[in-house]
Amino acid sequence: MNPLLMAAGRNALRTGTILFAFALVATAMLAFTHNRTEPTITRSQQAEKLALINQVLPAALYDNDLLASQRSVPPDELLGTRQDSALWIARRGGRVTGVVLEAVAPDGYSGNIHLLIGIDIDGHVTGVRVTAHRETPGLGDYIDRLKSDWIDQFVGKSLTNPEAKHWRVAKDGGQFDARAGATITPRAVVKAVRAALDYFARHRAALLTEKTAPDASPVKETPK
Amino acid sequence: MITLQEFRTLFHNGLSKQNAGLVQLLGLCPLLAISSSIVNALSLGLATTLVMASASGAVSGVRHFIPHEIRIPVFVLLIASLVTVIDLLMNAFVHPLYLVLGIFIPLITTNCIVLARADAFASKNRPLHSVVDAVAMGLGLTMVLVVLGGMRELAGQGTLLSGLDLVFGEEAKRFVLHVLPDYQGFLLAILPPGAFIALGLLIAAHNWNNARAEQRARAAVPVAA
Repeated sequence: MNPLLMAAGRNALRTGTILFAFALVATAMLAFTHNRTEPTITRSQQAEKLALINQVLPAALYDNDLLASQRSVPPDELLGTRQDSALWIARRGGRVTGVVLEAVAPDGYSGNIHLLIGIDIDGHVTGVRVTAHRETPGLGDYIDRLKSDWIDQFVGKSLTNPEAKHWRVAKDGGQFDARAGATITPRAVVKAVRAALDYFARHRAALLTEKTAPDASPVKETPK
Repeated sequence: MITLQEFRTLFHNGLSKQNAGLVQLLGLCPLLAISSSIVNALSLGLATTLVMASASGAVSGVRHFIPHEIRIPVFVLLIASLVTVIDLLMNAFVHPLYLVLGIFIPLITTNCIVLARADAFASKNRPLHSVVDAVAMGLGLTMVLVVLGGMRELAGQGTLLSGLDLVFGEEAKRFVLHVLPDYQGFLLAILPPGAFIALGLLIAAHNWNNARAEQRARAAVPVAA
């Protein structure tokens, strides 16, 4: 065989081996770190989720393990969802006292606005939080609780309070105020919250008899 | 070891002469995306500095084992793994900070300044020098980011240091400066075009400053001679 070719082959083999060795070391490093950090990360993610849920649902309303009560609900036009979304059932003394559900406002100024909405058993909003959005920073982002308390005005509202024609932003003759220059964003949120209340009203009966659902099984409900 | 003179040169390069944002024009992707407020800018800048320092140190440490022809894939591999490791570690052990910086960390992989320093400096110099160079470059970038963030925040929202409470907790809210009360906001400054315009102004100022210094130096020559 041509010695030049052999030298080139040997060189390629050497470089390949080195690259492989680096890949191996990098993978090992990643696997090790992932392995070591995963339990901590999962725990803090759950704590974070629970903290978020607690913002929309008063702690006095439930005594069950909320995260274990999670179930997924199929896409629904009223929720604005195109995929299964999560819903948590709050219970106190074994009785359903409310739900927390995920909803999407599809008609924001720039893309979907993801919401977490808490509703008590009588259909009153206990809290709303925006979990993800891409509204214009400094303009439409006041729907985010971190930027302003605008979102708090939904607390206590229900399908009948205010009545349907006032479930709008003030500019459209409704009861919810919106800042000048950014009406599209709050309009979308108001609409989505009302639709979610509507969804709850329609599925209330099914949710109340939640007892038989798989997530109510003792295995998952065992207190930690 | 590193001499004081070397240390000074490296920092002068990073902060001014070879400034990543103003002179090399590297790492513009996160620069333009994140510099909409001072707090964001500072957070991303410091995170980038941290990643650069560890990436440059690592690359420099193994530089003798890397054949020239595969250096880029090896660098990319090292940087990407390091960023992921830092991302995981921060997520696990400094979770509150991670919630603020979290979205920026993976973004740093898209920042070519990290790779540029690994290739241009760390692969040819000793680990300590490489780390110092990376820190200087990172701080230089942070500086530009913060100034840019300040300009955009002031013009766009009329505030300074907004979002400080996200990093330091609720009490920090009172440090937010509402420089222009009842400001209606100037959207252009906050959107990406505002970043380009502000960066252009900064580069112009930097060049003007350099040109003036040069002119003064030239004028000084006859006197010295």
